[in-house]
Amino acid sequence: MISEATKERFALAVAKYPAEHKRSAVMACLAIIQQEQGWISQESEVEVAAYLELPPIAVHEITTFYNMDNQKPVGRYKLAVCTNLPCQLRGSLQAMEHLEGKLGIEMGDTTEDGMFTLQECECLGACGDAPVMLGNDRNMCSFMDNGKLDTLIEGLRTAEDKA
Amino acid sequence: MSTVQELLSGFEAHGQESCFHGRHINPQIYADLDGRNWRLKDYEARDGYKALRKVLGADGGQKMTQDEVIATVKASGLRGRGGAGFPTGLKWSFMPRQFPGAKHLCCNSDEGEPGTFKDRDILMYNPHIVIEGMAIAAYAMGVNLAYNYIHGEIFTVYERFEEALEEARAAGYLGENVLGSGFNFELHAHHGFGAYICGEETALLESLEGKKGQPRFKPPFPATYGLYGKPTTINNTETFAAVPWIFRHSAQEYLECGKPNNGGTKIFSISGDVEKPGNYEIPLGTPFPKLLELAGGVRGGRQLKAVIPGGSSSPVLPAAIMNECTMDYDSIAKAGSMLGSGAVIVMDETRDMVECLVRLSYFYMHESCGQCTPCREGTGWHWRMVHRIQNGQGRPEDIEKLDEVAFNIMGRTICALGDAAAMPVRAMIKHYRHEFVTKIEAAAKQAAAA
Repeated sequence: MISEATKERFALAVAKYPAEHKRSAVMACLAIIQQEQGWISQESEVEVAAYLELPPIAVHEITTFYNMDNQKPVGRYKLAVCTNLPCQLRGSLQAMEHLEGKLGIEMGDTTEDGMFTLQECECLGACGDAPVMLGNDRNMCSFMDNGKLDTLIEGLRTAEDKA
Repeated sequence: MSTVQELLSGFEAHGQESCFHGRHINPQIYADLDGRNWRLKDYEARDGYKALRKVLGADGGQKMTQDEVIATVKASGLRGRGGAGFPTGLKWSFMPRQFPGAKHLCCNSDEGEPGTFKDRDILMYNPHIVIEGMAIAAYAMGVNLAYNYIHGEIFTVYERFEEALEEARAAGYLGENVLGSGFNFELHAHHGFGAYICGEETALLESLEGKKGQPRFKPPFPATYGLYGKPTTINNTETFAAVPWIFRHSAQEYLECGKPNNGGTKIFSISGDVEKPGNYEIPLGTPFPKLLELAGGVRGGRQLKAVIPGGSSSPVLPAAIMNECTMDYDSIAKAGSMLGSGAVIVMDETRDMVECLVRLSYFYMHESCGQCTPCREGTGWHWRMVHRIQNGQGRPEDIEKLDEVAFNIMGRTICALGDAAAMPVRAMIKHYRHEFVTKIEAAAKQAAAA
């Protein structure tokens, strides 16, 4: 069930668009769901569809089209490393290998303890800061050399609020 | 122990490397920024919103007519900064201003062209310049409702822009009766959720309507049938950001700081094998070697091999050609490539061009929206062939086949992604054919020996 607090966030998103076009808020609503629940379940799709008065398929089309939607549960921390050419020229593949080694998983996988999901992603639009990585969809981490990656991973492992 | 948010924020860049390095030449958009002075009061202290006041006659002067605003932009020589370089004033003149219903304006901040990161720094460190440029554009075209579509991956930038919008609303630069002029203008931020194709203007409109970002067939063009089926103009972030300077100074001054047919400054995002990657705002027409020098030259003192001058979709140019170019639309076009979004990807002498193309081909395959068969299938063919050449399984006929597939994509798709995928392939084969041949011959020798 979508909580009242979540619905209030939805309403703020919907208010940006003409009343007859509230469908425009679908990505914003899905991003809110993903931030709160970690992923977008089929149940959530149906609920968002009901809120926006859309057929569920119209929402499912969005989750399957856009890259950032998590269609399956991911680890507590989703780390998406850009491996596109400008980043590749500045060590993104080494960053990916380092993370794979450090976390003991391969690109695309989640650690057994459910803490980390490691993904490859397309251009984040921060090529001057390569290697770059996006943490949990919202935090751009720049100039991620091996030392910084170690600090990040160890920090996340011991962070206070693991929610 | 720290909170997760504090920890993640600790790895954020603050623009020191990309924007506040002091190596711009006569900057207009990035002028006097330090990362902290993005707020409304700081922008006003830099003469911000004076252009809008002038246009609306808010300081006692004569209000400019819509025709005068458009004529000024035309005279400035401003061309679209998003990639196509289309004359901005001309685009604005296509809007049916007499159309009685709703009309819309969109800012394309869906910056996902590999190599491009200029709009991110504009929106983060000078958001009001975009709001002011959009307000002037909206007034000129009779638009009352606009959106800024921001790349989903730069969420902190989206939040920053939202905060700037709140400031502008509170100060009367947005909303009902802007600065007492009778002009109503509302602007909202909209974030994407990860799709390169949404940088294409009609895909952006579809996405803004809450649909899959699949481009529309043109015509009808957005000026006739755009957002929600209403007349709409879409410009790039940097294009809007260029507008206030033109009105604070003059169209002529803007034109003169570039070169004929290429007015103004342009922000170049330099990435890859240079000492100091970052954004560099310089007058159009600056020689490429000067730009490279600003970026600290090729990394490690190595030699320049090749440059992709306008984002990953623009054809690669070898060093010898690039060194003769000036950085403007006409010079780069004459050399056989495109200025595009101004994303300059630099490759040094050690780079393997087949390896570079493998990654680019993968990108276009991944980001093709799937709507048109030549692009959906062709990008996959490209990747599979380049990938096998790189992995020692290339076949002698592959090079011709790559070119043929590219030929069969170009001009046969609804949007420009097809061309964008095909052009890098053709240019790599044209300039670096020997690297492909060497790998294919080695594969043949190995097969013969086995």
